[in-house]
This record gives sequence, C-alpha cells and structure tokens, in this order.
Amino acid sequence: MRKQVYIYRSFERFWHWTQAFLIFFLAATGFEVHGSFVFFGYQNAVEYHNVAAYAFIILIAFAIFWHFSTGEWKQYLPTFSNIKAQINFYLVGIFSNAPHPTKKTVLSKLNPLQRLVYFALKVLVIPVMVISGLLYMFYRYPQKGGMAGLNLDSVEPIALFHTAGAFALIAFIVVHLYLITTGHKPTTNLKAMITGYEEIEEDDTEKTAAPNEETKAETIEK
Amino acid sequence: MKKIVIILVVFFLAIVSAVLFLRTNETQQPLTVQLKEKYSKKHIPSVDHSKFTSLQKNFAHPQEVTEACITCHTERHKEVMKSNHWNWEREEYVKGRGIIHIGKKNAINNFCIGVEGNEQSCAKCHVGFGMTEALSGYTDSTNIDCLVCHDNSETYAKGSEMGGAPDPGVDLAKVAQNVGKPKRTNCGVCHFFGGGGNNVKHGDLEKAMFEPSKEVDVHMASEGVNMSCVDCHTSENHMMKGKMYSLSSMNRNRSSCEQCHTESPHEASILNEHTLKVACQTCHIPVYAKVNATKTEWDWSTAGQLKNGEPFEIDDKDGNHTYLSIKGSFTWGKSLKPEYIWFNGTADHYLLGDTVSDTSKVLKINTLNGSYSDPESKIIPVKVHRAKQPYDPVTKMLIQPKLFADKKGEGALWKDFDWVRASDIGMTEVGLPFSGKYTFINTEMTWPVNHMVSTKELTVNCIECHSRNESRLAGLTDFYMPARDYSSIIDSSGKWIVILSILGVFLHGGVRIFSASKRRKGN
Repeated sequence: MRKQVYIYRSFERFWHWTQAFLIFFLAATGFEVHGSFVFFGYQNAVEYHNVAAYAFIILIAFAIFWHFSTGEWKQYLPTFSNIKAQINFYLVGIFSNAPHPTKKTVLSKLNPLQRLVYFALKVLVIPVMVISGLLYMFYRYPQKGGMAGLNLDSVEPIALFHTAGAFALIAFIVVHLYLITTGHKPTTNLKAMITGYEEIEEDDTEKTAAPNEETKAETIEK
Repeated sequence: MKKIVIILVVFFLAIVSAVLFLRTNETQQPLTVQLKEKYSKKHIPSVDHSKFTSLQKNFAHPQEVTEACITCHTERHKEVMKSNHWNWEREEYVKGRGIIHIGKKNAINNFCIGVEGNEQSCAKCHVGFGMTEALSGYTDSTNIDCLVCHDNSETYAKGSEMGGAPDPGVDLAKVAQNVGKPKRTNCGVCHFFGGGGNNVKHGDLEKAMFEPSKEVDVHMASEGVNMSCVDCHTSENHMMKGKMYSLSSMNRNRSSCEQCHTESPHEASILNEHTLKVACQTCHIPVYAKVNATKTEWDWSTAGQLKNGEPFEIDDKDGNHTYLSIKGSFTWGKSLKPEYIWFNGTADHYLLGDTVSDTSKVLKINTLNGSYSDPESKIIPVKVHRAKQPYDPVTKMLIQPKLFADKKGEGALWKDFDWVRASDIGMTEVGLPFSGKYTFINTEMTWPVNHMVSTKELTVNCIECHSRNESRLAGLTDFYMPARDYSSIIDSSGKWIVILSILGVFLHGGVRIFSASKRRKGN
C-alpha cells in the first residue's frame, strides 16, 4: 500500500533549493572568472562569486547545525549492504520496471549509492571547494600578507583544486538531475523536494503520517 | 517583557545614532577632489625679479646672468653642481658591480649611443654652458644655466651645437627678469625631445604634453587640473624626485602615483588588492605615444648610404624619418600598447667597456630587475626600443663612435660616413680599444611608461589581462593568473567527465524510454 508521507521538512527543502541555486550561480560566475566565457563582466563575476560564496558558507553552517540537531546526519553514513542490488537496479532492473531494491522511509531516505555519493560530496567536494575558495579569496601573496605560515608561493594550486572541484560538482548535477527522474514516477522525487510529501510504500513498523514540526525531531531521535 | 523591549529599542536607537553621527563626521571630500583643489591653486611668486636692479642690464655673456643669480641665491649653485642635471651621473650601487658612478659618461643608450666625443651637440640639453670638451673638469659655477629651467618668459632657447650656450638671439635681460618656478616648457624642451626629435625616446613624453587634452594626460590636461612636471617631480635643494631607469639603478628617490593617491585609491577592494603586485601605470596608461609617434626601432647598420655622394633622408607620411644617412633606418609607432615586465626598482646597465660574448641573444642595454616571486616587484608598463648597434667582434664591446663634428675630415660618422674611422676616434676618446673590425648586434632598451595617464573611463579592462587569448600580460609567465591560466589536464579531463556524464545520462534515459515503450506495447 502506498501512502503520502512528509519526508523532506521545510528547512531541508529550503537548504536544498538555496544550495541548488547557489551552486548554479557559483558555477556561472566561477567559470567566467576561470575565463571560460564572458557574461556578467569580469569584475562583477568575481564580486558576485564572492558574495554567493559567503551566502553558501552561511547556509552550510546552518545545514550542519540542522543535521546534528535533528540527527539527520546519520542518513549520510555510507553503507555497503544492498549496494550491489542498487547498482544492479540502475544497470538492469530499471529497464524492466523492477522494484527499487531499497525501500525509502523517513528514517532512511537514501539508497546506498546516494549515501555514498552525498557522503563524498559532504566530506570531500564541498570542504575542498570551501577551503580552496577561502584561500583563493584571502590568499594575497604570502610574502607580504599574513599567510606566510601556509608557505604558498602561488595561487596556482588553490585555483587548480577549486577548478577540479567545480567540474566534479557539475558532473554531479548532470547525473543528479537525471537520477531524480528514476523515482516511482519521473516527477515523484521532484515533487517531494518541492512539497515535502512523497508517496511511499507503507511500512508497518514505522510511523509514516506526517508528524507535526515540534515533535518530529524527537520521533527521529528515538 | 515590556521592559526588555524598551531597553532593546533604546539600545538600537543609540547604535543607529552613533553610526550616523560618526559617519557625518567622516564625510570628507574624496581624495581625488581634494587633490584637484590642491593642484588647481595658482602659484603666486613671492618676488618679482623684474624689480631687481642687478637684473636690469645688458648681459654680454650668459655667465653674467648666473653670477647675478648667485649674488642673491648664494648657495643654490652648490646644490645644482651636486645634482644629476649638472653631473649627468649618479653614484649608485649595482648588484654585481658594487658602487659605481653611472651616467651619460659611461652608459650607452639605444639611440645616439652615447655623449662622449659628441658633447658640443649633446650639451644642448645640459644645464650648463661652455661644454666644449669632455665632461670631466666641470667645476666653474658660472657655467650653470639657471635660465633653461627657470625661464618663465618662454623666450629662452639653447643654440644648436654651441656647447650649451643660449641662442645668440635670446634677450638675456628679459629672461633674467622673468624667472620663476619651472614650467612644463622648461622641462619639456629637453625631456620631450630626447634622442634628437619629438618623442623619440620616451614615447610618453612629447610636445603634445605642453598642452595636452584630458584623453592624453589626465593630470596635465590644460582644460583639467593643468599640473606641471614639478608638481609631482618635487625637488629639495635642486634634487628632483623621480628618475629614468635608462640611467638609474637603485630603488630610491622615485616619484610615484602613491605619493598623492595612496596605495589603495579604489572604492572596490578587489581593485585595491591588485596594487600589491600591479603598478598604477599598468592599468591607467592603456596606450602611450597617443598623439605623435615614438621611435620603436633603430637600425644603425644601414647608415652611410649616399645619393650622389650626399646624405639623404626618407620620411613617412607623418613626417617622421624612416631613413637618415647619418643614423640608419627607423620604425615608428603611435598609440602603442605597452609591453609589461616585473620591476623591483633596481636596474643594471651596459657600461662602456663591458664585453658581450653571446651575441645570439639580444643585448639588453638596461636590465630592469624583478620577478613574481620578488615581494618588491610590481608589473609595470614599458616601451621596449629595439636596435642594431655597432659592435667590435674582436674586443666584444659595443662601439662608441664619434658621431658629431663641425666639418668633414675630422672623422665624425655624420660628416665622413666612415664607420672604422669614427669608431677608432670614438673608442680612443673613451679610452677603450678598437680592433678595426665592426659589425652590428641586436640590442634593446626598456623605458618605463609613467606619463599619459588616461581618464578613469579609458582604464585597462579586467579582461584585457584576465583572458585566455591576447592577454596584455601574456608575456609574464612566471605566475598563475585567473582566466589567463589553467591546467590543461584539469580542464580537459573535467570537460570530458561532464561530457561523458551527459552522454551516459542520455544513453541511460534513452534505453529507459525505449524499454518502457516496449513494455507498454507488450501489455
């Protein structure tokens, strides 16, 4: 039996869409700074990119707080159980309308592959982008500035890490945009991320009706 | 609860009013407006020299004028005689050479090569008279030419090939009674015509700077602030601030934009951050030689061709010489984009007698030091002047030929067109050997471009440097610059990862649609 479940809470959705917008905007301004095209004007691109970067960092700070205060961080712990079945599904099963091998529940929203990829994003790609981005902003010729301790003679390694991360993020977005169409219906996942509700297979052991906002965190922490 | 709200409101209002109060206190005029005010004030002289009886007479010799000057300005001649304008040399420390005297006596330039043996002619731009022989032994203070710098009547002129003496037609009494603070004309008459013609040497100092428009020079524009040379090149005891690295070697006594504009003059911090590594001139002088062409190449090897035994000249449509029998062939350039180098304020020079063993490389007449990794270095715009200069392949030295003489038969190149004889006499005069053989080697000389500052609107754009193609800084490859530089490995592998992702997505999606439609048909 399928039932409407409140799966993405308001902050989560706000975080997701703000992050999505910022990543697109950072990519557009960032690749202009990289010299790939001319659109905003170079000085504007740099200044917009810096402002968006600060906005992103603030968003990340809130998101980290949210993840830990709600316990949602556990959703991203990688697991290898069922990973073979998941790969198998994307490579074979999906074409014959086989059922998803991983059940989506409020407590486990992500399949093993998603867990792995999002975990890598959170602990690898985003930190690399934030750290290299901050260095890029504040790196001012260490010989005269205050960053001599870092012993950097050039912005080059910083820029190269930042560029590599940007390509990784774009590749992620391409695949992500496609994979959200692989839900129950092509638009299921998109609707869920907009409204918060998704129709999922009911599981008797779990409370699936939308809890009200106040009690939700507690429910999950149990 | 009500109390807390009231306290918070009061606290908030206090902060807001404090901020507003402090802000109104700080509302000063922007620096540029202050500077405009300061330099728009007209200089009012404290004395009227026409009222001095000692100047109201007929001067038979220019030296008498100098004597008259010294009777009141009793110490000034000592200052002048210590100055570069008088000595044509400085005591400088040059890395690898130690402390040396360097100046027009021992340095070579990329134009008329050098002054030794040619003093009669070159003295037209010396602040002295009676330069009929070698520069040394120049000790007579009455030979100081006060008027060439201080004439405010604009009627003073030095005679050609007269060892620095004024033109016989000059009314010395009139000039002496109209002296004052140096004007643009005083400086320009020499500094705009260096190298034997308008704008030959510098490219950014030329006769258009007597009355420039705002587009040509924002500081000196006659309809603008109308600044004079000495507003920036201030002097103390006749020692001028600023110098040219055609002869200078040390990072001292430089005249800079920062002395008025500070090191962070922009509103946008992103621009101010550039000032650590980029000189003001780099962005604010997008082109030089804006009005009249400057000499960019000088090939001495073609000199000496004669038509019916007579020297001749060929001019381009603007009237610039492209060939002179006495000097060789020239290339000129107008509205030129500067070249760019790292510069830390120190320079080395080719000095008379230096040997050059590797003639396959272009010989740098002056070497301006600097690099990205040197914290004192900034990127500056320069004019590079390229030449072919006479060279002795046996002694491996550049040749200082005797160029000028009054008449034929004295061995001067410009009269007799005999390289061997002119070289022999020239090198003997400077005390150096000459083997009797000569050839020509490629040389280049670097001239920092500091004048012809453009208006804000014409400043170099970000993407003129920050771009993949045709970056103005394409030649400076010792650092990473965003937009210009990238790692081809990261960029191409990044592109391929994205392309393959897209292809993968379309392939996967295509198969999904295909299999779904097949299933539907099956049903």
